[in-house]
Amino acid sequence: MSKRIDVKDLNVYYGNFLAVEGVNINIAARSVTAFIGPSGCGKSTFLRTLNRMHEVLPGARVEGEVLLDGDDLYGSGVDPVAVRTHVGMVFQRPNPFPTMSIRDNVLAGVKLNGKRISKSDAEGLVESSLRGANLWNEVKDRLDKPGSGLSGGQQQRLCIARAIAVKPDVILMDEPCSALDPISTLAIEDLIEELKANYTVVIVTHNMQQAARVSDKTAFFNIAGTGKPGKLIEYAATTEIFNNPKVKATEDYVSGRFG
Amino acid sequence: MASITTTARRSALTRNRLPRYAIWAAVVVGLVLGAALSTLVGFNPFGWGVFAAIVFTAVYVAWSGVVEGSRKAKDKLATCLVVGAFLVALLPLISVIWTVLVEGTKGLATPGFLTTSMNGVSGIQDNESASDGTKVLGGIYHSLLGTLLITLWATIISVPIGLLTSVYLVEYGNGNRLSRGITFFVDVMTGIPSIVAGLFAAALFATIFGPGTKTGFVAAVALSVLMIPVVVRSSEEMLRIVPNELREASYALGVRKWRTILKVVIPTAISGIASGVTLAIARVIGETAPILVTAGFATKINTNVFADWMSSLPTFIYTQILNPTSPSNPDPSLQRAWGAALVLIICVMILNLVARLVARFFAPKTGR
Amino acid sequence: MTRTAGEMTPATSKGPDVTTTQTKTPEQAEGPRPLSAREGAGGDKIFSGAALAAGAIILVVLFAVAVFLIAQALPALVAPQDQIAGGKGFWAYILPLVIGTVIAAVIALVIATPISIGVALFISHYAPREIAQILGYVIDLLAAIPSVVFGAWGISFLAPALVPGYNWLSSTLGWIPIFAGPPSATGKTIMTASVVLAVMIIPIITSISREIFLQTPKLHEEAALALGATRWEMVKMAVFPFARPGVISAVMLGLGRALGETMAVALVLSSGPLLASLIKSGNQTIAAEIALNFPEASGLSLSTLIAAGLVLFVITLVVNVVARWVISRHKEFSGAN
Repeated sequence: MSKRIDVKDLNVYYGNFLAVEGVNINIAARSVTAFIGPSGCGKSTFLRTLNRMHEVLPGARVEGEVLLDGDDLYGSGVDPVAVRTHVGMVFQRPNPFPTMSIRDNVLAGVKLNGKRISKSDAEGLVESSLRGANLWNEVKDRLDKPGSGLSGGQQQRLCIARAIAVKPDVILMDEPCSALDPISTLAIEDLIEELKANYTVVIVTHNMQQAARVSDKTAFFNIAGTGKPGKLIEYAATTEIFNNPKVKATEDYVSGRFG
Repeated sequence: MASITTTARRSALTRNRLPRYAIWAAVVVGLVLGAALSTLVGFNPFGWGVFAAIVFTAVYVAWSGVVEGSRKAKDKLATCLVVGAFLVALLPLISVIWTVLVEGTKGLATPGFLTTSMNGVSGIQDNESASDGTKVLGGIYHSLLGTLLITLWATIISVPIGLLTSVYLVEYGNGNRLSRGITFFVDVMTGIPSIVAGLFAAALFATIFGPGTKTGFVAAVALSVLMIPVVVRSSEEMLRIVPNELREASYALGVRKWRTILKVVIPTAISGIASGVTLAIARVIGETAPILVTAGFATKINTNVFADWMSSLPTFIYTQILNPTSPSNPDPSLQRAWGAALVLIICVMILNLVARLVARFFAPKTGR
Repeated sequence: MTRTAGEMTPATSKGPDVTTTQTKTPEQAEGPRPLSAREGAGGDKIFSGAALAAGAIILVVLFAVAVFLIAQALPALVAPQDQIAGGKGFWAYILPLVIGTVIAAVIALVIATPISIGVALFISHYAPREIAQILGYVIDLLAAIPSVVFGAWGISFLAPALVPGYNWLSSTLGWIPIFAGPPSATGKTIMTASVVLAVMIIPIITSISREIFLQTPKLHEEAALALGATRWEMVKMAVFPFARPGVISAVMLGLGRALGETMAVALVLSSGPLLASLIKSGNQTIAAEIALNFPEASGLSLSTLIAAGLVLFVITLVVNVVARWVISRHKEFSGAN
C-alpha cells in the first residue's frame, strides 16, 4: 500500500509569516527519506504539511500541491481527517493514550472512530501491528496493562504499531528517537529498515549519523536567518549528501562546521 | 554581627545559641506569670492561655535577642506569631465542629429524626415535650429530600453547560473574543453573592410565571448560577493539563476533533472533572439564602420540584433557629436545627471525601 | 478511517501489510479510501455547536441576571420617596445598609487576613511535613462548612461568650465611639457578626494562600537559605514576593464572600439603624436585610429588596474587578497564577 509523494512549489504560512518557502521534492514509494537541518529551519513544519497536521494550529495554511500518488492532498473536497488515515505520524515524544491498555492503544485508530470490529479481527490486527513494530514478543502477555507502563522505547514502538494499525501508505516520523536512549534508538532504527518494505517512510532527525544509517535519500533544509523562511537546500541520495554534497551550506552542516 | 563574642577556644562556626531547655523554661515562666496576670483581671482559662502565650513570646524572644542577636530573635518572633495564628484560628473552628457534634447528636439520635417530616408538628407538641420531657417530635425527612432533589436538578443543569463551556474555551475558543468574554463573565459569576443568585432566579420566574413563584426548580436554577462557574473553572483547568501530544496522536490517526475530545481528552481528564463537580455540589448543597428566596420553606414532604414550596436542610436550620416552632420553648427547635446541621456537615464531608477519592483512584494509571 | 469498497489496489503496490506476519483481517481486503470522504464530519459541527451554545448560555444568563434584576428593581428606584421603607426614598434606605455591609466585611477581613496568612505559612513552611498535609486537608474541609452552620454557632455559642469582652471594652475603652456602651446583653452585635464572618473566611483565604506558598520555587528558597538567611528572612525574601498577587486575590475573594454572606449575619445580628458603636445591637447588612424581609415582601417592598440585591451585586463586582486588576498588574513580577 506504499505510495509516492510529489511536492510542488509548497509555501507554508503561520498567519502572515512565511515559515517554509518553495519546496519541490519527490519522495519514492518504499523508501526512507530523512530531513536534516538546523533547529527552526522548517523541516518539522514541512513534515506536518504532508498529512495536514499543521492545520491543528490556528492560522496555519499552505500554497502549492502535495500529491499522494497523483492525488492532491490540498485539492478541493479533500478531508484532512481522511488524509491522516493515509499518512500516519509518529511524534517526538512517545504519546500512548494513558487511559487505554496496550491493546486499545493499538486499536485506537479503529475504536476512536467508532468502527465496529469483530473480536477475532481485532486480535489479528493487534498482533500483526505489534509484530510489525517489533513489540509483540515483549508485550503479548500484558496487552491489558496500561500503555504508559512501558519503557520509553517500547512506548515509541507502541505508537508506531498504533500508526500502522490504521494501514497508512506513508509514515511520517518527527524526531522519533530524540527522547530515547541509544538501545531503544537502535531498536527503532532497525524497525524503520523493516518498515521500508511496505511503507514510504519520512523521518525528521537532528542526528546526522542516524540519517546516514537509516535513509536512502536525504533532504537538507536551512534558514537564512531569524524571521526568514526555511528552504530546501539540497535533496539527493544519502551517500551523496554526506560524501559529496553539491551545495556549500550542506557540506558545512554535515561536516559539523555549523548548525 | 552582635553575637560574635566568642572566645578563641571556639571555632569560627560556633555562635552563641540558646540552651536546649530555654524553650521549656520560657513555657514555665509564661504559664506562671500568665496565671498571675489573668488573676489580676479575674481568672478564667481563656485569659490564662492568652496571657501565658504573650509572656512566653516576650520572654523567649527577648532571651534570644540577648544571647543570639536580633536576627535570630526576629526569626523566633515570627515563628511564635505563625504558630500563634494557627492556634488562634484553630480555636473557633474546633469550637464550631465540637458544638455541632455535641448538640447535633442529640437531635440525630432521636428516633424518627431522619424519617419524619415537620408535618403536624406545632408549638403544642414542642411545649409538651419541653414540659414533660417526652421525645421531640418532627424530623428532617422533607428537608433532606428537598436538598437532594434541588441539588440533583442544579447538577443536571450545571454540569452539561459547565463542561461544554470549558470544552469550548479549551478546544475551540483559542483565545478569541467570545472565549475571552466567557472567561471574564465566568469570573464575574464566581463573585455573585449567593443571595443575588437567588434573587435572580426569583425575578426570572416571577417575570415569566407571575409573582410568588416558589418551587424547588427555581431554587435549582439559583444554585446553578452559583455552580456553573465552579464547574467551568475546574473542568477548564483539567482539560488544559491534558497534554497536546495526545490530541495530536489522535488527529494523526485520522480521528475527528469531536471524537478526539469525547474519547481521548475528556477520559484523560475525567477524574479531575468528576472531582471538581463533586466539590461544586458540596459548595452549593449548604447554600441557604438562594433557597430561602426561591423555594420558601415547607413543613410537608414535597417530591415535585416543579410545584409548591420545598424545604432544604439549610433553610430548615435557619427557620428553626430564627422562628422556633414554639416561640416560648425554642429548645426542641434548636435540637432539630443542630441535628440538621450535623447531617448537612456529614453530607458535605462525604462529598469532599468522595471528590478526593475520585481524583486519586480514577486518575489515568501509569502502573508499571 | 474511511473505507469504502472500491477498486482493488494496483498489483504493483500490493504487498504484505506488515513485515513479520501474514495475518489477514477483512479490512485488508478492502480497497483504497478516497481522500474526500467526509464520514462523521457532521459530528464535528454538532459538537462544536453544542460547546458554543453552552458558552453562549452563560453570557445570556448573566445578561438575563442584569436585565431581570434591573426590571424588577426599577419600581423601587422611581417610586415616590415616602413609599419606600423608612419614608425617605431608596437611596436613604440603602445607604446605611451599604455602610453596615462594608463595616462588617472590613472588620472580618482585618481579623482574618493576618491569621490566615499565619496559618497558611504554618502549614506550608513551619509544620512538619506529615502534619502539614493533614492540616491542609482539614482546612479545605472547613472551607466547605455551610455558612448557616457558622451562623448557628455564632448565635448560640459565640455571641454569649463575647458578652464579657464587650462589657470590658465599653468600660475601659468606652470613650472611643466604636466601643460606646451600653453593650448588648445578648452579644448579638455587628462585632459578633464580623467575628463569625472572619471565622468563615479564614479557611478560604488560608486554603488559597497555602497553595500559593507551596508553589514558591524551591530554588529561590534554597538560594535565600544558602545566603545564610534565617527561616523568617527566607520567607520575607523568597516566599512573600512570589506569593503577593496570589494572596491579594485570596484576600479579595474572602472580602467578596464576606460582603455577600447572608446567613451568618442574618442569624447573629440583632439588627437596627446605623450606629457607630460596634458592640450595641444595631446596624444591618444588605444580604441579611434581604433574607429577613424577603419571605413577607411583595409589590414595592419586593422591588426595594431586589434593588438592594442589585446594589450588593455592583459592590461585589467592583471588588472582584479591582482584585483582578491588582493581580494583572503584579503578574509580570512573579510567577504566581
